[in-house]
Amino acid sequence: MLAMMAFVLRRLLWLAPVLFFVAVVTFLLMHAVPGGPWDSSGRPVSSTLERQLDAKYGLDEPLWRQFLTFSGNAIQGDLGISFQLQGRSVSGIIVDGLGVTAVLGLFALVFAVVVGVSLGVLAALKQNTLVDYLSVTFATLGASTPSFVLGILLIVVFGVQLGWLPVFGWEQKWWLLPDPRQAILPTITLGMLPAAYLARVTRAAVVEVLQQDYVRTAEAKGLRERSILMRHVARNASIPILTVAGPLAASLVTGSFIVETVFGIPGIGKQFVTSVFQRDYGVIMGVTLFYAAVIVVANLMVDMMYSVVDPRIRT
Amino acid sequence: MAGITQTARAGWLEPAEEARSLWRQALRRMLRNRLAMLGLIVVASLVLVAVFADVVAPHDPNAQDCATGALRGPSAEHLLGTDGTCRDVLSRLIHGARVSLSVGILSQVAILFIALPIGAAAAMGGRLVDNLLMRFTDLTYAFPDLLAIILLRQVLEDVEVPGGSLMVIILAISLVGWVTVARLVRGQMLSLKEREYVAAARAVGAGGTRVTLVHMLPNSMGPLIVVLTFGVPLAIFAESALSFIGVGIAPPTATWGGMVDSGYRAVFATPMLVVYPAVAIAVTMMAFTFIGDGLRDALDPRTR
Repeated sequence: MLAMMAFVLRRLLWLAPVLFFVAVVTFLLMHAVPGGPWDSSGRPVSSTLERQLDAKYGLDEPLWRQFLTFSGNAIQGDLGISFQLQGRSVSGIIVDGLGVTAVLGLFALVFAVVVGVSLGVLAALKQNTLVDYLSVTFATLGASTPSFVLGILLIVVFGVQLGWLPVFGWEQKWWLLPDPRQAILPTITLGMLPAAYLARVTRAAVVEVLQQDYVRTAEAKGLRERSILMRHVARNASIPILTVAGPLAASLVTGSFIVETVFGIPGIGKQFVTSVFQRDYGVIMGVTLFYAAVIVVANLMVDMMYSVVDPRIRT
Repeated sequence: MAGITQTARAGWLEPAEEARSLWRQALRRMLRNRLAMLGLIVVASLVLVAVFADVVAPHDPNAQDCATGALRGPSAEHLLGTDGTCRDVLSRLIHGARVSLSVGILSQVAILFIALPIGAAAAMGGRLVDNLLMRFTDLTYAFPDLLAIILLRQVLEDVEVPGGSLMVIILAISLVGWVTVARLVRGQMLSLKEREYVAAARAVGAGGTRVTLVHMLPNSMGPLIVVLTFGVPLAIFAESALSFIGVGIAPPTATWGGMVDSGYRAVFATPMLVVYPAVAIAVTMMAFTFIGDGLRDALDPRTR
């Protein structure tokens, strides 16, 4: 336990150099992008005004000093203000976007776990039957259809041809929750890839456990099928499934920006794409750093999961 | 498959008979795999179409046939109709294959050139080099990849690169995507380093470089080929997603992602415009995934 805590602590300390590295590279890249924040707002800005704006926001200083200022403020939790949205702070924009992205990601995760795990278990229990083939086909199709392709195909069928569901937007009706009809297509679009992946992993895991000696022993003892499944199969098959859950959850956060763009959802990913176009430096930095932190923490959870479920793996 | 037998021949000099039969067994397993063969046929046809796009395509992909008009349905002249600016959809689809295949394959070649030296140096260069390179790899791994590609793409926008935005995209994808491959190379080499035949080669006086290139590299090829094959659909996905968002390959070049984007704008008028390129992307990615699955099963030592 102590070793575990030391491991977690060491990995969390690692977060600091990672964020620093990501911040430096992003900062340099973003300032290397041609153009500045003032020439994308639609109305041309005179060079005098541009100089005044640069001076006001510190953009006339040398890059290293700008970076130091940014880092100093960021450590205190202040990511600065948006250059494009009047009077909005970057943190505020990120928190708003995150509320949307997190809800969408959670929906997609639930969809992926329910669909993926049940299909995988079903396929494993009914190996080499029609059910199995259908589920494997679903997993293959889902794994190689890019999210934006699937999203648009769903829009064409359910939004345009059948006209059942809205194809655009995400209005928060109850606190963070949107109109359920608006959420259906984006949830399926984002959740399909992890669902397909989970179905594959689950099927493989359950098939492997079913072949183990202890399952045969349990059957020989005359245990009911139900209790074999719950006690022996479910517990052991959940190990590989749990270990892939971490990266899947992270991919739902970092991969959502395509889905957000397709469906016009104002999440954090869409904010990033907009901010790159508009050279909104603070938002670019904030979102990239946030994503990097998500990736590091997700990887940490995966490694912890490995050593918890399989004590033979030393951290 | 020629690549595999070639490396087999070039690499396994000592136990030649056994080595050849190992690769031959893999080849036989691969040939028996129906899905992998299907994928191979699809990819081969796509490559032919892409190479001979100028001959196969009925029209210039960028020519505007305004006599026919925009967003027209299929006709004898335009088998899949015309898009929003009167261009022939079928010809654009055919030329789009060029972009997707180039990005998919060239990015993996570039990744190999970045990852192989880094991974090998980390495995063979002693603890300090290993630590430095692997920490650098960890740092790069934490970078959100699509975001980094978008930023790199914007940075390189005004730089004169031969090949234009196609090369910029390939470069951006490779600069972000080499990390997992480098880790794999390192892991492979570290485990091969302990094998008897490597020790034997050293004992008879082979130098570090020779051992790495002649004895270890060919033997780490299997998993490397598999992971690079799986990288192809990922790169195709990245390019088409970026072109769809509008930060990919610059118009008017015909790309599948760009076609999905422009078709999406007219989705209520002509929904099929979006469906053609969407299906093309999905089928291509699936074909490469089948090949990757087949290669993995054929080369996996556990099934031997």
